[in-house]
Amino acid sequence: MEFFRIRRDIPFMRHALVFNIISALTFVAAVFFLVTRGLNFSIEFTGGTAVEATYAQSANLERLRGVVGGLGYGDVQVQNYGTSHDVIIRVPTKAGIDQKKVPDRVFGALCAAESGTVSTADASRPTCLNAAKAEPVVMKRSELVGPSVGDELMRNGAYAMISVVIGIMLYLAFRFEWKFSIAAIVANLHDVVIILGFFAFFQWEFGLSVLAGVLAVLGYSVNESVVIFDRIRETFRVLRKLSTMQVIDHAITSTISRTIITHFCTQMMVLSMLIFGGPTLHYFAMALTIGICFGIYSSVFVAAAIAMWLGVKREDLIRTGSKSEIDPNDPNAGAVV
Amino acid sequence: MNRYPVWKFVLMVLAVLIGALYTVPNLYGDAPAVQVSAAKLTTKVGADTATQVQQLLTAASITPDYVTFEGTSVHVRFANPDLQIHARDVINAGLNAGADKDSPPYSVSLALVPRAPHWMASLRAMPMYLGLDLRGGVHFLLQVDLKAALDKKTDGLVGDTRSLLREKQLRTSVARDGNAVSMTFHDAATATQAVNALTDAFPDVQWTQAPDGTDVRVSGALKPAALVKEQEAAIKQNMTTLGNRVAGLGTSEPVIQQQGPDRIVVELPGIQDTAKAQELLGRTATLEFRLVDPSAEANAAADGTGPVPFGDDRFENAPDVGTRHGSFTVVRKDVIASGDDLTDAQANFDQQNQGSIVRVTLNSKGAASMKNVSGQNVGKPMSVILFEKNKGQVINVATIQSELGEHFQISGIGNSEQASELALLLRSGALAAPMEIIEQTAIGPSLGADNIAKGLHSVAWGFVAILVFMCAYYLLFGVISTLSLGVNLLLLVAVLSLIQTTLTLPGIAAIALTLGMAIDANVLVNERIREELRGGSAPQTAIAAGYERAWATILDSNITTLIAGLSLLAFGSGAIRGFAIVHCLGILTSMFSAVFFSRGLVNLWYGRQKKLKSVLIGQVWKGGAKPGASAQPDEAAR
Repeated sequence: MEFFRIRRDIPFMRHALVFNIISALTFVAAVFFLVTRGLNFSIEFTGGTAVEATYAQSANLERLRGVVGGLGYGDVQVQNYGTSHDVIIRVPTKAGIDQKKVPDRVFGALCAAESGTVSTADASRPTCLNAAKAEPVVMKRSELVGPSVGDELMRNGAYAMISVVIGIMLYLAFRFEWKFSIAAIVANLHDVVIILGFFAFFQWEFGLSVLAGVLAVLGYSVNESVVIFDRIRETFRVLRKLSTMQVIDHAITSTISRTIITHFCTQMMVLSMLIFGGPTLHYFAMALTIGICFGIYSSVFVAAAIAMWLGVKREDLIRTGSKSEIDPNDPNAGAVV
Repeated sequence: MNRYPVWKFVLMVLAVLIGALYTVPNLYGDAPAVQVSAAKLTTKVGADTATQVQQLLTAASITPDYVTFEGTSVHVRFANPDLQIHARDVINAGLNAGADKDSPPYSVSLALVPRAPHWMASLRAMPMYLGLDLRGGVHFLLQVDLKAALDKKTDGLVGDTRSLLREKQLRTSVARDGNAVSMTFHDAATATQAVNALTDAFPDVQWTQAPDGTDVRVSGALKPAALVKEQEAAIKQNMTTLGNRVAGLGTSEPVIQQQGPDRIVVELPGIQDTAKAQELLGRTATLEFRLVDPSAEANAAADGTGPVPFGDDRFENAPDVGTRHGSFTVVRKDVIASGDDLTDAQANFDQQNQGSIVRVTLNSKGAASMKNVSGQNVGKPMSVILFEKNKGQVINVATIQSELGEHFQISGIGNSEQASELALLLRSGALAAPMEIIEQTAIGPSLGADNIAKGLHSVAWGFVAILVFMCAYYLLFGVISTLSLGVNLLLLVAVLSLIQTTLTLPGIAAIALTLGMAIDANVLVNERIREELRGGSAPQTAIAAGYERAWATILDSNITTLIAGLSLLAFGSGAIRGFAIVHCLGILTSMFSAVFFSRGLVNLWYGRQKKLKSVLIGQVWKGGAKPGASAQPDEAAR
């Protein structure tokens, strides 16, 4: 099999402006939604309490909202989680509420609504039993996060992001050249913003695992740009007659098959997580999917174009090569101004 | 050119064998076991206990798989749950024979241990520890209030300074000033004398003298190094206390770890009742022994008919204290001994006086102070105050019969039940600093099993999809790529097991993602080989050039991914950390498998064939990518 039968170099850079305008528009839209809608942070960041319960029948969310609303915890969120039998109830932190009692009180209310009583006969977990000794509702998970923890996570998330950016920029500047380093970071940060824009637009829950996914994608799509830059450097070295634009077109064309196959393979894995991973991995896989799609786009169309506009030249990349050409017998060889 | 020296092949075989050895224990699952641990602080569980258990089982003709002593507990593994339950009863009856039913010396509980053969465990080949999200249980993150610990320490220092100066007959009034102790003397000579005495007695404190008008002011604060030591000690003591409290719960494999400078993680697998666990952990209590003020003013204050005298505090009485002494007690502010000084407290029965007693043991510092104070106050009442959430409650008032020392007993307690409760409260008071639950997660066991299944399915189906595609697209090279991806998975799981990481659902996701990304290296190599073939290279040259040229790119791209992974590791906590560890290790193992290992397989297959005509890498379309104007690479430039 051979999917990519490319007869001549595809003139990607001729359309660089168009691609970048599309990219910029997406970016602006993402920022717009981030500002107007904001991210729907999970309680890991905001602090609060979440109770996940599963019902024998499909859960009636409207009724549950009434039941939990009656507890006086303020702005309580009731949503399905995974299937229609599973619900997640999120209670924000509020002054004057003993957070530690929230999971038991919420479960007690859910249980009472199913005309059952909570029994602690089973030492390992509280169970809700109705008259027929069946369990109409089971508490699957409860989670409680104090408000101080959230601030810290937010701060550490920001530090992690900054250190990824600085680390990658330094490495690329050292391995290639500062123009590439800037191009790669601009292109890939724009991916990150677009992922966040999706999360803001759809109000998907932004949790810790999503943050991990976003940062992993940042590393992954930078490596995408690196593959192309590597090839640009090689082409500069090998094909000396080409102009910068032709070199970039050639580099992208000769790596495009690898780019697409690799991303396709990674995406198959991510798709598998999206299908089999359940609600916990759902948004993680979602973030990766968006990241992978935009990662191809930004590495191929944006990063290389930015490097081109920054004026990347043959001399930027093959400095060592030109040095070796200096005649050691030339008395002026060492004089560089 | 595509040949490996023998040692490289040996290395490949070794890597696979070692990888398999450390991966295999994960596949065995768990076996029923009985865990024996100390239920009391005074009980010592050691190798002797293991022998004892072995004897008990032999006597009852039960054959366990093995009996081992590890860390602080003895584990006995059985072939099936029936044997396990029978053995638990036998061991419990044997070890705790003749002991008080309410407070047996040993806790004998059902547990699960790895089913892998014992010889594997002796090679440290053990399965990964499953995180709570995969096995169910409760997780707590506790914030330790170190400021409160410091407050308490300073208060203690004020008291100690006062008694030392009184002993040396240096007249002054000692007061607390923030986190320092301060006092004034009328002349410099006395001040110097005091500073010398204090420096000798409390070397951890920095004492300074300064003129204050006509007087000399002396103040002392803990040295920074001592402060750090004090805080570390506070955390350690809290962890020990938590360990003792958790031991009473009889759960297997509880985790108590320090996280950051002032936090403690407690994980209790298999338990979901958060209320009960909170009750056990959240009893943020501290304890103080103080003299009761017997004066008329104090009695009036206790009845609520007068103000609380200077230098006294008024506390509510616990219900059974209240029945004998009214609802409030007024006590001196000076602390004789605190929960820190308490080594042990045990309920007992006094044969002589036919009554329940609690035997108390203090450490040397507490004992010295107790001796001093009780000697001067024989016949006067002393109280025990338990502080919970900054609110004190008098849990016992007893009359001092004689000078008390390291060991003394509290008698005149109603019944044995009250005595054991008092002993428990006394012991539970030994927390160096109050703690607060700032994060709590409870995961049901069914959700845990569900999460394992979801994680495994994600990895398995993703792997299969990649396998099918790679084999179809790259034929033999695809098979080699998937084999090396399989080796990558094997090595990754082996390394994770070897360092005993806690596997969580995000960790499994990281394994999946790492595999999905690791295939990149194989794709790079395979595409490069095709390209070389397209350019007209001979197969052997194409293979060699493909691997060599791809290597630089693989290295660069893996390093950028590694930078992201390391940043996550540095700043992440909890779930993120688990993800980051797997991600970073996965990058390292993938470099080994995708470059070194797959090259080895290719060399093994093709390396011997001198006249290689073609390689099975799928169709190579020779239309040729024409690079711009120049059709052929400029050879001279190479």
